Amino acid sequence: MIRLPTNHSFPDRLLKFFSWFCGLLLLFFFIYLFSDIAQQGFSQVTFKFLVTEPLSAGRAGGIAPMLVSTLLLLTLCLLVSLPIGIASAIYLAEYTDETQWFSRIIQTNLNVLASVPSIVMGLFGYAFFVVALGLGFSILAGALTLACMVLPLLIRNIEDSLRNIPDEYRINATALGLSRFRTIFQILLPMATRGILLAVILSIGRAMAETAALLYTSGYVSRMPESVLDSGRSLSVHIFDLSMNVPGGEQNAYASAFTLIVLLLMINIITLGLSRKIQKGAFSER
Amino acid sequence: MSPLKRDRYLHLVLKFFACISIVSLFFVIFFLVTESWRIIESTPASKYILDDAWHPTEGEFFLLPMIIGSLLVMIGAMLLSIPVGIFTAILWQFYAPSWFSSILERIVEVLSGIPSVVYGFWGIMIIVPLLGKFQAPGTSLLAGIIVLTLIVLPTITLVANSIFQQVNKLHIQNAIALGLSRFTIICHIIFPQAKRGLLTGVILQAGRAIGETLAVLMVCGNVVQIPGSVFEPVRTLTSNIALEMAYAMDIHRSALFLSGLVLMIVVFMLILMTERMKNRENAL
Repeated sequence: MIRLPTNHSFPDRLLKFFSWFCGLLLLFFFIYLFSDIAQQGFSQVTFKFLVTEPLSAGRAGGIAPMLVSTLLLLTLCLLVSLPIGIASAIYLAEYTDETQWFSRIIQTNLNVLASVPSIVMGLFGYAFFVVALGLGFSILAGALTLACMVLPLLIRNIEDSLRNIPDEYRINATALGLSRFRTIFQILLPMATRGILLAVILSIGRAMAETAALLYTSGYVSRMPESVLDSGRSLSVHIFDLSMNVPGGEQNAYASAFTLIVLLLMINIITLGLSRKIQKGAFSER
Repeated sequence: MSPLKRDRYLHLVLKFFACISIVSLFFVIFFLVTESWRIIESTPASKYILDDAWHPTEGEFFLLPMIIGSLLVMIGAMLLSIPVGIFTAILWQFYAPSWFSSILERIVEVLSGIPSVVYGFWGIMIIVPLLGKFQAPGTSLLAGIIVLTLIVLPTITLVANSIFQQVNKLHIQNAIALGLSRFTIICHIIFPQAKRGLLTGVILQAGRAIGETLAVLMVCGNVVQIPGSVFEPVRTLTSNIALEMAYAMDIHRSALFLSGLVLMIVVFMLILMTERMKNRENAL
């Protein structure tokens, strides 16, 4: 950030006024939203709320099955997408450079994939995983749909962290006679661990916030899922269902929203810590 | 296995994995097209624009109100969020004291990670009743625009800020040395350099805005009509899919996949625009 010299001409004051106005407006909405949800939600979220099943369509009771479903969705999603993500990122960062046509195709492809609207992804998940592969409305189908959604985010971030490793490491490894295989798995990947972790956490945040893609893939059965082939309702779908389809479900919707925000805030704090460490020069002395 | 052979296999395996993302996008498009093929085949395109109403079970597919609804909500949200986002980024970079900037940074980052369904829920609880006081029923185009603005605003601010940061520092230092005023530097040195990046970021966010589903569904009222004013309810393409997918059969379902395909094409064109802009920038 560069400090510009202060002056007090009329247009400058006008610009200053408008920018403060807009910034404070944003802050105002932020405080309004958070204080509202915290105020209504905080008192509801007890340990009992987190570990009991919902009663009367979610008006009373807790959110235990939703937490379990969300956790299952995230785990399966990462189990599928992380190996693909790491392998693609290694390929892009170590075997291609940005000017090659194949790399360009993959990059454009990732850009498009990253911006497929989530409801369209849901349609695809429904047609492919639910109907064509016969998985039915299941947590597995939802997780696979989510995996398609987070893949670009994962690949992009892991690729960046691999590209940030100085070339000396590769040159030295080659000079020492290490094979490509060992260079990648014993030198480059361990160095990129933090970047990979950051990518994973970002993806978890993205997947946890997702709703529209899950409606018609993992469904919205609010029972406790018994296997990954059962339908399961994620926390975000629960908030949607309570506020749209269940009259009188507002209080529990507030509580669920509060829980979801707290979880995401925790993720945000971890991300911040990690990215600070990365910026501090993870590759200086070790 | 000899190391040389292992390296060759590794290359192949990695390449295979890298192709998965291409295959998955191909599958997305393939399924959208095949599922919507039934209706494309049986219904002439003019019906979507000239039919009387949206009664998909009776063979009337008047998609135009939904398309207009989507566009109106998206354009309204962009018109509100672009200036507010850019002004906030200007405050963040050039006017605010540094302690305020760091608070702003944290807050905007947190805001950009909040699920849109939470914004939608908050919209139902706070914004809809508020609008309902002025003009019933409250669930309206305007409510959708406000909620969507809140959803895209944090990201637009983040993007604008990172673009202001990328402006050539040397130019700014020279401008300061020349004694130019702060206003002149921002408007005539920084802004022209940031213009193209801002445009790219805004276009990408527009794509996100038009694809937003549930938050818009929750506050827009979902009446299929071309709205006469901002206080009237509308239904967007995305909420139409989410609302009717649960019970849609046969050609009705095909019509919903067609609306998905339309959305995909819009988003694809937006991305193509940004790619071309990037290429032109590289050529300069």
